[in-house]
Amino acid sequence: MIQLNSNIPEGSIDKKWSDHKGHIKLVNPANKRKYNIIVVGTGLAGASAAASLAEMGYNVQNFCIQDSARRAHSIAAQGGINAAKNYPNDGDSVFRLFYDTVKGGDFRAREANVHRLAECSVNIIDQCVAQGVPFAREYSGELANRSFGGAQVSRTFYARGQTGQQLLLGAYSAQMRQVEAKKIQLFERREMLDLVLIDGKARGIIVRNLVTGKLERYVGDAVLLATGGYGRIYYLSTNAFNSNCNAIWKAHKRGALFANPCYTQIHPTCIPVSGDYQSKLTLMSESLRNDGRVWVPKNKSDVKKNPAQILDEDRDYYLERRYPSFGNLVPRDVASRNAKMVCDEGRGVGESGLAVYLDFRDAIKRDGKKTISEKYGNLFDMYQRITNENPYEVPMRIYPAVHYTMGGLWVDYNLMSNIPGLHVLGEANFSDHGANRLGASALMQGLCDGYFVIPYTLGHYLASNTLTKVTTDHPAFTEAENSVQDQINKIMAAGKKGTRTPNEIYRTLGKIMWDHVGMGRTAQGLQKAITEIQKLRNEFWNNLKLTGSDQDFNKNLEIAGRVADFLELGELMARDALHRNESCGGHFREEYQTPEGEAKRDDENFCYVGAWEFKGVGKDPVLHKEKLEFENVHLAQRSYK
Amino acid sequence: MKVKLKVWRQKNSQSKGEFKNYELDNVSSDMSFLEMLDVLNEELIKKGEEAVEFDSDCREGICGACSCVINGQAHGPDKASTTCQVYMRVFKDGDTITIEPWRAKAFPVIKDLVVDRSAFDRIQQAGGYTGAKTGPHADANSTLISKPLADQAMSSASCIGCGACVAACPNASASLFTAAKISQFAVLPQGQPLRADRVIKMVERMDQEGFGNCTNIGECQAVCPAEISISNIAMMKREYARAIAQPPRQEVRDEA
Repeated sequence: MIQLNSNIPEGSIDKKWSDHKGHIKLVNPANKRKYNIIVVGTGLAGASAAASLAEMGYNVQNFCIQDSARRAHSIAAQGGINAAKNYPNDGDSVFRLFYDTVKGGDFRAREANVHRLAECSVNIIDQCVAQGVPFAREYSGELANRSFGGAQVSRTFYARGQTGQQLLLGAYSAQMRQVEAKKIQLFERREMLDLVLIDGKARGIIVRNLVTGKLERYVGDAVLLATGGYGRIYYLSTNAFNSNCNAIWKAHKRGALFANPCYTQIHPTCIPVSGDYQSKLTLMSESLRNDGRVWVPKNKSDVKKNPAQILDEDRDYYLERRYPSFGNLVPRDVASRNAKMVCDEGRGVGESGLAVYLDFRDAIKRDGKKTISEKYGNLFDMYQRITNENPYEVPMRIYPAVHYTMGGLWVDYNLMSNIPGLHVLGEANFSDHGANRLGASALMQGLCDGYFVIPYTLGHYLASNTLTKVTTDHPAFTEAENSVQDQINKIMAAGKKGTRTPNEIYRTLGKIMWDHVGMGRTAQGLQKAITEIQKLRNEFWNNLKLTGSDQDFNKNLEIAGRVADFLELGELMARDALHRNESCGGHFREEYQTPEGEAKRDDENFCYVGAWEFKGVGKDPVLHKEKLEFENVHLAQRSYK
Repeated sequence: MKVKLKVWRQKNSQSKGEFKNYELDNVSSDMSFLEMLDVLNEELIKKGEEAVEFDSDCREGICGACSCVINGQAHGPDKASTTCQVYMRVFKDGDTITIEPWRAKAFPVIKDLVVDRSAFDRIQQAGGYTGAKTGPHADANSTLISKPLADQAMSSASCIGCGACVAACPNASASLFTAAKISQFAVLPQGQPLRADRVIKMVERMDQEGFGNCTNIGECQAVCPAEISISNIAMMKREYARAIAQPPRQEVRDEA
């Protein structure tokens, strides 16, 4: 019987973490070199964890799918990282960042985790500067700040529109130093395809070498998953081509609970879809909403008109109109739903009618083209490259797109899942963002987990448990490897039988998910999604077309394996959304909304984390509830008016 | 539009490899170059043939994974763009497009258009860091960095590690890549403690990896998606001269 224990320490919220650090067990410095730690993923959370643990003396084996650790998708994050430094002297504090994040998450996050995040945020900036991360500076030589959605203070630190790149390269530089020192063994072009449990503890992984196709076994004293989010289940998203749910899904099938899978974030400002062949959606950073004004024509008859010809009085700056306090900087879920609403009303622009304008005319008039270009230059270039339109002269066309997943594997306060030894960091876990993540906080969470949480809590696990010495010859490794090989053989066999390529089936899955498990969900739509996914899963195993060998570099085989897992996760997401009869954050059930169209929570019945237990493919999963207590933030209807 | 493709096919690092010809109809000008390759691959799979293998990940110009030489130019015809940022509207109906992997001894071909760029990571691990460990540090604002200097460091730091510079250089030199990282840290206060060690170790690692030398041709700068300037190379050379002119530190000398 799985018992959910969040292990939140006692005491007042602002003392929990420091008291915890003072009391948890430590591993003696000379003993650290006796431990081997497996870290899967080299993004912000994975690289920072691997580097920090290796610096402390642990032996680390670090894995990534790409050819270089620096290509993890964290590299693409654009706008910035939050921290409660209050350099602008505008009222920020640890408490305010904590409060904004809990409220932004629509009161569905664990208070203690979020407060810790806010506390550590200040150290993250210091750490990054020490690594030489070239944050933007003011003329005084001090760090610059900008604003992000869901906050009324300017607390975001940035490096042009490439903050994720610079933060990741900072962590990567520390990681590479440890590779040279032989404290980290880095295994690139490896995909984790199973978790190995021995005596109920996470002791290893099975990976596939993506060049040779060989399966490899790796043993450790603990396993850390930092493998990112599962947004690519929608096929079209802002995620990278290789982003997938394999590692966390396999861990889930080995017993790790999957929490709040239906909490997915749809980012309001992405470049709209232009064709069926499209392979991804490109993000236009939320930071643009600092200066851009969102609008659609007031009249349906004006939607095809040249925007320059639409007068101000005929423009509906709908975010400014509906939310005077936050205006264009309302949180992402609010902005996305509003965009969908105006497009559903028939006032969407662009060829498809599925777009709204993000207009810089007034900002350019006010600040000059040079200033705007300094702040957003690369983003404007990116937009022009893709659409062939110049955002300095015409408004950008944008539409919401899947961007981030708040759901993930359940973890306790120590970032450990319900499987002893299996820790989960960054976007791969569920913990800090509740039902909606605020902009600039993913970077904050990934680095917080890797630099400032896991170095403490992992030691506590290791020092509290006797770990018997095991090698990769243990039967559990053989069983896992055979199971993985089995799956691969099945895919290869299926691929000889049918007519639909992995990408074709993937696109179909993506459409089912977007249509029924997307921005607006209904009970009927979710039931439909479950049925259609089950049908599609059946088609995958009976009508697949695949060429090449599994003992070779074979990208389409990799895709097939990822789709196989997505075809199972999708059903869980729909079930989770179906059971949660309320709207909160990114989970919007059309049946549960306020008269103004905002999310209507049901705190009496749904103020909990929904953690699902896998019972077999095609079998109903079992729900475990972790009740959420809000002692420091008053539960309220989230308003940004 | 219709396009004719000459694509480099190579079974593995031991095989010779050759160009294969393909024709693709109904290519939309709004398609990206890689989406066009995806479409080609779907057709190949349906015909029972092996897909063309190529690296890609972010598909938005920042991760550095994609790496095609298109009609003889690394990352294709546009300035400051990656392979994934090339859109089919730069081609005309009936065009022939030649597609090859990065060509350099230090980047062996793995399969088709996929190459091994791990030499780049080995250069980084030789010195591309400040040495700061995880832990408490001085408040971020206690290190003042003037805006022009911060902007300059950021320009050097924008390198995406794609290797186009190597592919474009007739000498297959990795100078632009190595120089960018050295220059980022050479101008920042945080980079000062290891300034001399860093340039010596990274330059020597770059040489060991089998890249060619820089003879000031400038092809690298012309194809760089991040618009890294060759003034970084000038800085690297100055830094190197300055570092070896200093009284030798025993550890560094021993490794030489």
